[in-house]
Amino acid sequence: MNSENVAHALHLSWLWLIPFLPLLGAALNTAFGPWLQRRYGKRANHAIAVGVMVASCIVAEIAFWSMFARPAHERFFEDHLWTMWRSGSLKVDLSFALDPLGMVMTLIVTHVATLIHVYSIGYMADEPAYWRFFLWLNLFVFSMLLLVMGSNFVVMFFGWEGVGLCSYGLIGFWYSDVEKAKAALKAFVVNRFGDFGFVIGLFILFWSLSGVWNTQSRYVPEQGLATAQLGAQVEHPRVSPAGVPLGPTVEFRELRNQFADESSGVANRFGGMTLWGLPVLAIIGICLFIGATGKSAQIPLYVWLPDAMAGPTPVSALIHAATMVTAGVYMVARLNFLFALSPAAMTVVAAIGALTAIFAASIGFFQYDIKKVLAYSTVSQLGFMFIGVGVGAFWAGIFHLMTHAFFKACLFLGSGSVILACHHEQDMRKMGGLAKYTPITRWTYLAACWAIAGFPWAAGFYSKDEILWKAWTANGLAAPWVGQAIYIIGAVAALGTSFYMFRSYYMTFTGEYRGGHAGHEDKERLEDPHAMAAHAHAADAVHAHTHDEAAVDVHQTPHQHDMTHGAHHEHGGVPHESPRAMTWALVALAAAAVVSGVILGLPQLWSGHEPLLERFLAPSLPAAESVPFRETSHSTELLFQLIGFGIAAVGWVGARALYLDAKSTVPERLKEAFPRAWAVVYNKYYVDELYDAMVVRFARFCSRALYWFDQNVIDGMVNLMATIGRTVAYVDAAFDQKVVDGAVNLLADTFLYGGAKLRRLQTGHIQAYLFGALAGAIAFVIIQYVIR
Amino acid sequence: MTSVGLPHFLIVGAVLFALGMVTVVTRRNAVGILMGVELILNAANVNFIAFNHFVEGPARLTGQVFSIFVIVLAAAEAAVGLAIVLAIYQTFRTIDVEETDLLRE
Repeated sequence: MNSENVAHALHLSWLWLIPFLPLLGAALNTAFGPWLQRRYGKRANHAIAVGVMVASCIVAEIAFWSMFARPAHERFFEDHLWTMWRSGSLKVDLSFALDPLGMVMTLIVTHVATLIHVYSIGYMADEPAYWRFFLWLNLFVFSMLLLVMGSNFVVMFFGWEGVGLCSYGLIGFWYSDVEKAKAALKAFVVNRFGDFGFVIGLFILFWSLSGVWNTQSRYVPEQGLATAQLGAQVEHPRVSPAGVPLGPTVEFRELRNQFADESSGVANRFGGMTLWGLPVLAIIGICLFIGATGKSAQIPLYVWLPDAMAGPTPVSALIHAATMVTAGVYMVARLNFLFALSPAAMTVVAAIGALTAIFAASIGFFQYDIKKVLAYSTVSQLGFMFIGVGVGAFWAGIFHLMTHAFFKACLFLGSGSVILACHHEQDMRKMGGLAKYTPITRWTYLAACWAIAGFPWAAGFYSKDEILWKAWTANGLAAPWVGQAIYIIGAVAALGTSFYMFRSYYMTFTGEYRGGHAGHEDKERLEDPHAMAAHAHAADAVHAHTHDEAAVDVHQTPHQHDMTHGAHHEHGGVPHESPRAMTWALVALAAAAVVSGVILGLPQLWSGHEPLLERFLAPSLPAAESVPFRETSHSTELLFQLIGFGIAAVGWVGARALYLDAKSTVPERLKEAFPRAWAVVYNKYYVDELYDAMVVRFARFCSRALYWFDQNVIDGMVNLMATIGRTVAYVDAAFDQKVVDGAVNLLADTFLYGGAKLRRLQTGHIQAYLFGALAGAIAFVIIQYVIR
Repeated sequence: MTSVGLPHFLIVGAVLFALGMVTVVTRRNAVGILMGVELILNAANVNFIAFNHFVEGPARLTGQVFSIFVIVLAAAEAAVGLAIVLAIYQTFRTIDVEETDLLRE
């Protein structure tokens, strides 16, 4: 590496528009949403929400083209708004940055989110609290853009927590259903566990940037931090020979430069640094990765994601498939220079990714809820991404992130369309034969299945094979065989992916429609109170009217609910294709899922130059060059691509044989042959129950113990103090009453008594007064005589 | 021969005054008290006439005019006093001064 590795930022003063436009939309819908919905109908709400998203997309695209027009080493944009705080050597700016990595993420987020906003217009048409949905959606996009565009850890962390909050709000969107509220809480709490690791990793990183641990494992602060503690003037940070400022920082670009610039010696110093006898880089890497496991749903913190499917389907597509869950992958890729220095951390990331990939895929085999299948598929695909970033193929991880965003958003939106078509039925056993009712959904779903299963020319083929290929040739992990082991696990997971995706396709779209109208009404009502209102449209007019009013009473005014008839008036016995807003988004995503791989990720083997995306991302991934991979021949690479295709084909053939037209009885017989094994997998290996026993029960026990402590010890102490106070007060009151009041009363009584006595003189008898006057006169006369 | 001189008149006046005073102080009947007041006024009249005759001389009428004024005053006083007595009666249904002790309040 040389000084060309130092990234200098170009200041663009309009980057802030990208995240703040969605914030503006959220603010408008917060302030005026209910009013607009009443006054102008739902049109006004989604006009705001979609409008700001489109505007944000346009700004992001302008940014992309102006970045594209520059040479690679100048592709670092920054927009510094203001300094939020400064404390010692810590300086935190509110600033946004776009480098190629952030640019790719921003484009994915804004574009996929815009499509999903459009889709939601159709999907949520029956929703009484329409404005609330779009406000959360806009706010989510704002948070996500903070996360990917934040130029430092703090802004990123704001986004990191913001998406968690929005995820909570959207999973629990139909909060009147206690199960959904619980799922929201679960997602929020599980994410907190991860965030804890993230913050700890961040602190250790910041601390170790400024100081060193000596041989006695004692921390020796250097420079800025030390002087700041003494209250002295903070010195200017040192500057490396290549002109890179050193010292503690939270800015990604400065951090990247410190590590990328060899003359700074930061990378070397970190390599030798230990904390409690462990390499500090590994600790930082693993702590940050714990944060990633929470956000990106990896073992052991993946449990929230399948439950998060309780939210509306567009939310599942946007948050729990396309964007938010990729935050962990993005973070690892963003800090590639850190992770690449620690084989231990890399190995942990890749191994967890591989384990999650196969574990989640196996659960996906036997789920019947179409959204649950997709949820476990998401967990599994995120595992693939972590394999990618874990073995050092950072660009491949991001590539898979991008292709996954397309095809998984498409699959989720397709499943939403299916669910709507089947009148809020999510059980695939009650679907079937939808191909003829919903042709557009069917073809887009099939295209996305191709992509995720990894058939050639669809996006998933290139991204997944690139990841697995890099895993096989990886040489920078803890041991040489780890890469091969991960490859084998990943290949099996890929086989599973192909199988369960086509299983869901065949169960849903082929055969005869199994969703009899009778009987599922009650279930629907139990599962989804929201569906009730939608369903009521189909019933006879009087019936529907009463239902409408019931639904309206819960939320909003009547006339706006009537407006929703346009979208779903045909709710009846037969499935139906979704409104145009939804199919349009599906087609766009399916197209992206098919073509993006060929365009952006065609391997060198075929095109003769390195993939476009790899070249574009290179400036953001300075560590990519330093991660070693084994040199292999072209024929080997070709062989592995063939194996990848073969795996996908085997999964497809297997699913087709077992589930086409629901004719085969093999699945049922297998289920009966191995009931116990089936139950274990169907119940997700009882992980939720295990967590319940270990974590939730323990937490409850702790809270009960603390409650007891509170009740008996704290309250006891408080009560003791209160008793003492009361006793003192009692004594004081007695003194007051007896002594002070006694004196006052004595005086008062004296006067009272004297007055009462003297009062007797005032008889009111005029003659008595006359006596007095006379006596006085006589006395006067006598005194006159006596004195004289 | 002992002629009737100034001291006799003064004694008569003093006796009248004393009787009147005793009447005013001891009577419980308001009308009786008014009568006592009349006695006191007349005692004063006797003194005025006596001093006019023996000190100023018969040629001067100062004391006699004064006593005429007192008689007029007494008549007015009796009228006002009786009216008050009547008001007292209407208020208290009695003219016993022992009962009318509102001045105590």
